[in-house]
Amino acid sequence: MLRRVLASGLALCLASGAQAALAQGFGGGGYPQQTGEALYQGICQGCHMPDAKGAVGAGAYPALAGDKRLAAKAYPELVVVRGQKAMPAFGPSFSDAQVAAVVNYVRTHFGNTYTDSVTVEDVKALRAAVAGK
Amino acid sequence: MADEIRQSMSRRDLFSLIGTLAGSAVMYEAMSSLAYAGESGYAGPPNLTGDVKGASVLILGSGMAGMTSAYELRKAGYKVQILEYQDRPGGRNWSLYGGDIYTELGGATQNIQFDKGLYLNPGPWRLPYHHYGMLHYCKLLNVALEPFVQVNYNAYVHSTKAFGGKPQRYRHVQADYQGYVAELLAKSTRLSALDQAVTKEDREILLESLRRWGALDKNYQYTLGEESSGRRGYESDPGGGLTSAPTPSQPIGLQEILQSGLWRSIAAGSGYETQQSLFQPVGGMGMVGKAFGAELKEVIQYNSKVIDIHQDAGGVTVTYQDTLKGGPPRQAKADWCICTIPVSILSQIPINVGAPMQAAIDNLPYSPSVKVGLQFKRRFWEEDENIYGGITYTDQPNSTIGYPNSGYFSSGKGVLLGAYTFGPAAFEFTAMSPQERIAKCLEYGVKIHPQYIEEFDTGASVAWHRVPWTLGCAGAWTEELRAQHYDALCAIDGKIVLAGEHCSRIPAWQEGAVLSALDAIRRLHQRVLAA
Repeated sequence: MLRRVLASGLALCLASGAQAALAQGFGGGGYPQQTGEALYQGICQGCHMPDAKGAVGAGAYPALAGDKRLAAKAYPELVVVRGQKAMPAFGPSFSDAQVAAVVNYVRTHFGNTYTDSVTVEDVKALRAAVAGK
Repeated sequence: MADEIRQSMSRRDLFSLIGTLAGSAVMYEAMSSLAYAGESGYAGPPNLTGDVKGASVLILGSGMAGMTSAYELRKAGYKVQILEYQDRPGGRNWSLYGGDIYTELGGATQNIQFDKGLYLNPGPWRLPYHHYGMLHYCKLLNVALEPFVQVNYNAYVHSTKAFGGKPQRYRHVQADYQGYVAELLAKSTRLSALDQAVTKEDREILLESLRRWGALDKNYQYTLGEESSGRRGYESDPGGGLTSAPTPSQPIGLQEILQSGLWRSIAAGSGYETQQSLFQPVGGMGMVGKAFGAELKEVIQYNSKVIDIHQDAGGVTVTYQDTLKGGPPRQAKADWCICTIPVSILSQIPINVGAPMQAAIDNLPYSPSVKVGLQFKRRFWEEDENIYGGITYTDQPNSTIGYPNSGYFSSGKGVLLGAYTFGPAAFEFTAMSPQERIAKCLEYGVKIHPQYIEEFDTGASVAWHRVPWTLGCAGAWTEELRAQHYDALCAIDGKIVLAGEHCSRIPAWQEGAVLSALDAIRRLHQRVLAA
């Protein structure tokens, strides 16, 4: 838990004020998982499901398996960092390396075979762009 | 004069005297100044008078907001109809009982095996004394309430990193923390360190109050003895006859208390929404939704999945699918629409509202939360540990162990709340299968109650992001989001107005849903009368 609290503090320092505020809405906090696989299985599959095929009820979670919107790497990067509609932003609680790792994992699994990868520098630049918006 | 009167009379006598002498207006003023009759956010049941001219209202969702709206509007003469996605009323007002079957998104199905009368409240579980709207409808619908215990001095506060991982009684940590704070403050006061903040006369009062508040001895010290044991309990309690002498208990050291971090958990019952008195419906929170649903059974149409909401000058047309019978989409029409669908879902449904409301719908994320109920073969927390209701807090991911606030001393099985999580831990619990969630709760819980291993029977869990009809626990407002979108979310857009906890300043509480509904129908009613 202490590790989590420290991680969260670190993530909040990196995040913009707006993101930090948003993080408070979820109680802040960070995640110990570091590899893309661990992050996906530890967090993302809660909604996108273990097979990344999403789910449908009164509303739906989009499938990430074979998702053509993943072709532009900035798109999933942005969604993870900033959130989208009801999906919370993970930018405040993920480190740059965690964002890169999970995006790269999803873009190379579940029938996705993209060869270009997201770097920590990409995530830094994206955060700066989002914060400056 | 007033002080003398107060010392020699009860407050009630005083009010009575003022009332007699000066009339009720003065009495009200006097009461208000002593905070006995202040204003609240709840203005009582709405009194929607006037000719509604046969107006009709279509309500989407039969949770607390939808049913409050339907009940009051019908009473005022409106034609009302509710479309509900599920096959039951209540929405997040919900209890899971033995025999229930719950399938979460992803397909995992749980056949709930709790014994008769035992339940898990997956969502709300307590009603604060000042949630007047909820309490009003409970009374109106004859929903029996019983005390919800928030603070149990004999439950535990637990940290894996303090006291060798051994749980501490709330009573010990609370009394010792308060005692040391009082002692330190008394010391500062006596060293004149506070002379700038406290007058000479008040100094003596402060010292006396600290002695009482912190259970200090005559030397203003918090130490082993009668005073401290009068709060934290004894090593051996006073008894009767020849074995009656008590042995006082040794307070934990100040440094240990501070470094343990356990002080984080002792203010949990001080918040406005968690201070006594709190209530829970007898038989589960879901009793409220059930009673409301029975009252409104003629107007609720279940198994109706809304797929389109369209308004024009003539009114509102909602297209929906009958999820039970299938067939082509159907339509329902009305002059007005109150939409209580969580915006996590509404943001996926075509709806022709203006850009500000659409932006509000599209920009509210939903917070995660997970609850796990664990049934044990016996109520060991009562039988072995004398814990009757209330809550244990831990720094482990399950965060909370909630003891049942009913059925005390019964000899059968009992259901504990084995986890109640928010934040990252809730996302991680959500990502697990129902079986894994229970396994994790047992792993964490056994560090507090070793009996878990021997006594575990069955369990159930609800991860709110996997609930098919909410996709999350509640709207996760921030100040920034509120500034941008809240007013637009709550405004009437043409013939459509939204309601629900997400349209309130007390998100995630049922009271927020009720108050948002009452506010929405008052404004809608004014439009109807003005038309």
